[in-house]
Amino acid sequence: MARDLEEHLRPEIKITPFCAGCGHGILMGLILRAVDALGLDWREILFVSGIGCAAWIPSPHFKADTLHTLHGRAIPFATGAKLANPKLTTIVVSGDGDLTSIGGNHLIHAARRNIDMTVICANNMIYGMTGGQLASTTPVGMKTATSLGGNPYRPFDLQALVKAAGAVYSCRYAVAQPLAVIDGIKKAIGVKGFSFVEVLSSCPAQYGRRNNLESPAAILEMLRKRCVRKEDVDRIDPEKLKDLIVTGEFVNGDA
Amino acid sequence: MKAGKNTGLLPAGIHYLSGNEAAAEGALAAGCRYYAGYPITPSSDIMERIAFRLPEVGGVFIQMEDEIASICSVIGASWAGLKAMTATSGPGFSLMMEAVGYSAFTETPIVIIDVQRAGPGTGQATRVGSGDIMQAKWGSHGDYQVVAYAPWSVQEMFNFTVRAFNMAERYRVPAFVLADEAVGHVREKISIPESLDIVHRKKKPGAEPFHTADPDGVPPMPAFGEGECLLVTGSTHDGYGFRKSDSPEVHTRLVSRLNAKITEHRSEIVDVEKHYMEDDPEVAVLCYGFTARSALFAVGKLRTEGLRVGLLRLKTLWPFPDEAVREAGARAGKIFVPEMNMGQVAGEAMKYVRCEVVPHCQTDGEVIKPAAIADGIRRIYHGARP
Repeated sequence: MARDLEEHLRPEIKITPFCAGCGHGILMGLILRAVDALGLDWREILFVSGIGCAAWIPSPHFKADTLHTLHGRAIPFATGAKLANPKLTTIVVSGDGDLTSIGGNHLIHAARRNIDMTVICANNMIYGMTGGQLASTTPVGMKTATSLGGNPYRPFDLQALVKAAGAVYSCRYAVAQPLAVIDGIKKAIGVKGFSFVEVLSSCPAQYGRRNNLESPAAILEMLRKRCVRKEDVDRIDPEKLKDLIVTGEFVNGDA
Repeated sequence: MKAGKNTGLLPAGIHYLSGNEAAAEGALAAGCRYYAGYPITPSSDIMERIAFRLPEVGGVFIQMEDEIASICSVIGASWAGLKAMTATSGPGFSLMMEAVGYSAFTETPIVIIDVQRAGPGTGQATRVGSGDIMQAKWGSHGDYQVVAYAPWSVQEMFNFTVRAFNMAERYRVPAFVLADEAVGHVREKISIPESLDIVHRKKKPGAEPFHTADPDGVPPMPAFGEGECLLVTGSTHDGYGFRKSDSPEVHTRLVSRLNAKITEHRSEIVDVEKHYMEDDPEVAVLCYGFTARSALFAVGKLRTEGLRVGLLRLKTLWPFPDEAVREAGARAGKIFVPEMNMGQVAGEAMKYVRCEVVPHCQTDGEVIKPAAIADGIRRIYHGARP
């Protein structure tokens, strides 16, 4: 299967830029599998990304039109391209800092306008590329380069955010739940309107090393243990739930 | 291209419009089919007219959440194949600056009409100024070029908007109309021509979109959805768009070409107008925009008084008309520069002339009156040189 996907990669690229153990490499493979499974014409797919590690998932790897833009602005660039040529299947792939902090205003407005695009947010809960600074998604108490004593601020609940802003489809899974991620991306692209896929990714190099999760396996294991299915939430002790991450579909216009 | 009712464009002939309305019509006539903007005084009436006129010609209009989103979506639309623009004023222009550099570096044709008001800061939102001249050239980081025109009439709001689109598409560069509140809101007669010269994007399937060996320096530009698998990035890139952000050679080659493709074509872009310059005047007035109307009136009056005064009007501000300014400096005894800022073009002119340059700065939100210019010239006029 993996070799079949090579047709979607640019032959000039022999290696990925990601650190050893980075979850974005997994996510890259999952996006390829999901889009491949939809059987779309890749000449009419546009991948748009901002700035940061996750922005390098499509650019330059994917053999489709790719637009690598400014920090935080992937969604407005994508909005312009989609409105100018509605035939383009428009998929934004970028990180949590890019899409929800510097670009947070654009995220909620694209959802509000219900622009027909899919936004895949690789959420590693930190600014990886710039050296591991505090993000708008960093959990309370976690150590980063700019919160050595632990993050004092609450993170965004991105699902609640895009739901309130009007997304017609939204889901959250971790790279440790690969089949669910593929399914979520497929559904999101298939939906007409604004769809959002939050993928919890792992950053052992920046997030892990400051939080006793230095090995790639340890951070994936953490995600696997902390992620619970939305359907199981009722059966979990509310005290325990505080340390868990609820995954699943949070908005599904059809449901 | 034929203008006429059947195309949805304003029919040829005489019309009575404001400058901002004329700019909107010029954009449509130039082939603009995408506009994204955000309200800001004194430019909003461009967007209001475009909002109902663009759909009439099959174009797309969207009001975005801020100026950053506006300019970014314009760049996205341009890569999707449409001629695209926005309009704004000082504070919005400031917000757009990062994307202006992105547009220059990715060679994305875009047009921005900046209807200048009195700054800095929020300044005098409803008042006139021309304080964005240097920002237009230097507002984004790094070394890049832009094209900018300064209209002095409603007619030129139309003509220069068309020309800005032509230059943006011809050179794959951000092009600006540096208007001001006065020229944006003045109402006067304009003539829409039967036909216009319109530049269309050069296409060459398979060619490098970001490099050319052609001395012209402007590569062809494909669009998304044409099967070219485009790689567009604001990082340093090679001819096919692959990031080479650690290569001194690739960066040097790219930045050099991006600057040269404009500076080497300066003579095709630059446009100036001379009045009373034939007899090597004692004082030459260097002016642009709405101020040039007052200046021409003042110069004409001083001529009737027997003063040898000339005028050079810059229709193009960027790339700077260095040759014309140098020549004016060589012919005239002094250069007098009235402008609604603290001497931005006067400072630029000093790079090119040896004679004395006298700035006349007014930043009170009012247009400079002819009498003020005439008085200023009289003060520095010492009679015929030996």
